[in-house]
Amino acid sequence: MPKVKVLSRNPDDYVRETKKDIFKVPRNYNPTLHPFEEAREYTRALNATKLERLFAKPFLGDLNGHRDGVNVMCKHPISLSKVFTGACDGEVREWDLPKLQCTKIIATHSGFVRGMDFESDAQKFWTCGDDKTIKLWDNTITPEEPLQTILTSDVPQGLSRHKSKEVIATCGQSVNIYNIGRTTPSRSLTWGIDSIHHVAFNPIETEILASCASDRSIVLYDCRERNPLRKVILKLRSNKLAWNPLEAFTFTVANEDYNLYTFDMRKLSTPVNVHMNHISAVLDVDYSPTGKSFVSGSYDKTIRVFEVNKGRSIEVYHTKRMQRVNCVLWSLDNRYLLSASDEMNVRVWKANASEKLGVLKTREKESMNYSQKLKQKYKHFPKIKGISKKRHIPKAIYNAASEIATIRESQKRKESNRRAHSKPGAVPYVSERQKHVVGEAK
Amino acid sequence: MAEKETREAKKPKNSIMKDIFDGPAPLSKHAVNRYARGHEVDEKSVRTKYRKAEIISNEKKIYSAMKDAARAEMLLNEQAGFLEADEGEHTSQYTQDDITKVVDVQSQQKYFEVKLENFGPYRINYTRNGRFILLGGEKGHVAAFDWQTKQLTCEMNVMETVNDIQWLHTENMFAVAQRLWTYIYDNQGIEIHCLKALDRVLRLEFLPYHFLLVSANEKSYLSYIDISIGKKVAGFPTAYGRLDVMTQNPYNAITLLGHSGGTVSMWSPNVKQPLVKMLCHRSATRCISVEQSGQYMATSGIDGKVKIWDLRTYKLLHSYKVGSPVYDLSFSQRNLLAAAVGDVVHIYKDSLSKEIDAPYMCQRSPGFIRNIDFCPFEDVLGVGHSTGFSSYLVPGAGEPNFDALEANPYQTKKQRRQAEVKMLLDKIQPDLINLDTAVLGKVDRKSAQDILEEKKKLLYLKPEKVDFVPRYKKKGGSKTGKIEKRKKGVLWEDKRNQLKERLLKKKLKLKNNQTKKLKKKILKESKVDTRTSKILDRFQKKDS
Repeated sequence: MPKVKVLSRNPDDYVRETKKDIFKVPRNYNPTLHPFEEAREYTRALNATKLERLFAKPFLGDLNGHRDGVNVMCKHPISLSKVFTGACDGEVREWDLPKLQCTKIIATHSGFVRGMDFESDAQKFWTCGDDKTIKLWDNTITPEEPLQTILTSDVPQGLSRHKSKEVIATCGQSVNIYNIGRTTPSRSLTWGIDSIHHVAFNPIETEILASCASDRSIVLYDCRERNPLRKVILKLRSNKLAWNPLEAFTFTVANEDYNLYTFDMRKLSTPVNVHMNHISAVLDVDYSPTGKSFVSGSYDKTIRVFEVNKGRSIEVYHTKRMQRVNCVLWSLDNRYLLSASDEMNVRVWKANASEKLGVLKTREKESMNYSQKLKQKYKHFPKIKGISKKRHIPKAIYNAASEIATIRESQKRKESNRRAHSKPGAVPYVSERQKHVVGEAK
Repeated sequence: MAEKETREAKKPKNSIMKDIFDGPAPLSKHAVNRYARGHEVDEKSVRTKYRKAEIISNEKKIYSAMKDAARAEMLLNEQAGFLEADEGEHTSQYTQDDITKVVDVQSQQKYFEVKLENFGPYRINYTRNGRFILLGGEKGHVAAFDWQTKQLTCEMNVMETVNDIQWLHTENMFAVAQRLWTYIYDNQGIEIHCLKALDRVLRLEFLPYHFLLVSANEKSYLSYIDISIGKKVAGFPTAYGRLDVMTQNPYNAITLLGHSGGTVSMWSPNVKQPLVKMLCHRSATRCISVEQSGQYMATSGIDGKVKIWDLRTYKLLHSYKVGSPVYDLSFSQRNLLAAAVGDVVHIYKDSLSKEIDAPYMCQRSPGFIRNIDFCPFEDVLGVGHSTGFSSYLVPGAGEPNFDALEANPYQTKKQRRQAEVKMLLDKIQPDLINLDTAVLGKVDRKSAQDILEEKKKLLYLKPEKVDFVPRYKKKGGSKTGKIEKRKKGVLWEDKRNQLKERLLKKKLKLKNNQTKKLKKKILKESKVDTRTSKILDRFQKKDS
């Protein structure tokens, strides 16, 4: 008698007992049973990339109601669902983001609202406006009258609240530091005579503040010292400035020359990175709470998302009706962007264009994580790279971008020709980062 | 009571007990390496420290995945079959009756015969999960059934010659190569398509991961049809004559054709010429079979030889003389090789690793054999012959543990539907068919010419001049690269000779000078010696 064993499976081990059970899925990870692993994985990555672009619908809704262009926006420091906007007619509105409704209307100033910032407990907020006043408002009610009014000698152009101390800073002819409760500035900081249009406190190194002035300079101050710290002058003026919320020494400025510059405040002589892609002046910039990326709004009617360490934008948002973007915000949960534009509208966008909103099932989440990893793994493959980078942009912007590219190329050509026909070393190579900086002063 | 006692007996005697199974179960390196996909990246060759850290952490993840996969082997609950002979006997002596006597009832039912004497000889095909079988009689009989429950799904007579039959991606569709056209039928036997693009087809193959139906026809035309979109992907007039021997390499989806001159050619849908051409036999090739991992190929010719080839080196490993021509060959999942000789099936074990002298099993079938095929995930060999179909037990043929996400013999209707969607989503594009399946994961190195072209495109940089023009050459001549090298060598030799000559001249000159000086000196001294000094000598000009 031979010794024999023949494969004979008991179906009970492989078939579910009842219809309500889940299916039994025995696995065997032997590589020969799984041919074409690489090719199948690549196909999945390609499909995931295509689906990502397919689901990229970033526009969520708009906050409609302002009767004049929106000039400033302010995040609520505690509540994710609230946002404040100030318009050119002096009106400040509070919005409920999930409902896309206005919940409060406050007539703050006659003329533009120029700056706005919250007290750290979120109970009160400060505004300043073209009527030469700085006002403190109670946020717990719908206020008719401000809690406090400070009259200033010049028009305050911006306002920022110290992150820990009872101090606010405004700018105009100079940077004025007010101790809260006083009506006169405790210190007035200037460097040369010029108008300063933006000021921002550092959220981590809380004593440091930075300002942008019309003489194309960015000035750093320490509010404990009598004199400003440092100053860097760029070729064109910077419109706005945003501090990195996680890296105390990093800030990004939105410049008039279509670019954004990320600086290390310890070494202002060259920017750490130049972010190009806008085709018109950049008007505002705001960091994501992770400190890895930021959003910028521009005169070219688009908003773009940049990564801090990358020179080119990873995302561009636009609509047919959106006019030049005055200010942008990145929500504190890292999921939404807000843009306020000239045509009195505030728009809400997804920060990640293809993200699915709402509650996800565990399996859904797992599959998304898997496809995310695949996209990451195969991102350098030409086909996948092409699909994930492709963005449709309005014709005007496309044409303008190609025009700018042509201009840059011709400038380069000219420079290289000049270099070729002059004494060696007479036309030095200047890096793109250094090109835009006029000089640093201490 | 008894239970209580045993429990007490198990209690350790020492109060401080050490867990002898402390920590994770030990894993052999061999088991872990079974799940390796190529070599690890050498971190030393990485330039930046960030990338280095990234690669190190990646390698760690890969290794832990390998370990987990090896550990999961514990969960495989089926053991492979085997057949062991008694003392003084050989496994090949046992008949099917001997085997069925000692196996269980379920397995006994897997040995059966279907008598279909009027329409043979039959070609057969199992589905990928091994659940269904398709029979195609040459005289037009086509039948599909679940061979385990013996439930017939459809049966018909197509009233034409049937050259080949082939299941498509599920058991709901199959293709039949008939006299003139190829037809696709559903599981009820209803004709869904008539593929007029595939005419006079002799052999059909289906590439399940690419959804490609490959056909080879009488007029030496090889064509690929994507059945998910119904489009012809590629078609080549191979000019090899009647193509009646075809198989696929399951590892890389390359199609292998056997020709009357004894050659075997390998085709991908992306290249018009065969990727590989091998001369395997002195006479016509009868059949080809490639084992699952794609490393070995077995061929047979009408010269009565069976040859085993290594597909990594394209070299012959073993050659067996069977005597009479082998009409079909088939590899099982566990690398048993079945060969059909007349009306007998020989089954060889370990034929890849060593030279064998006797078959593992032998089985005579009632008719002349046309087609043999091992059933996936079962210890069963299907034989299509002139008088019908036979199913034989071959212990140790099938893979004991299936992966339900790839092929599931216990698939329900719902699972099949889901699997179909998944398969379609993961459909691999035909342009990825390549001899090397891992080509996607490799670094695409640019050639020197590509780099040069790229540099030329860069603005305001003068393109480098490369002093190398590949010469037009006739076949069989020497390589241009070598000629260039030789030329350069000659140039250098010339230069060296010149230098040597110059050096030699210099030396000679130096030597001459020295000898002249020496002579003068000697002459002078001798003068001093011979002449007596005079008073006026001091006014004479002195030698410098």
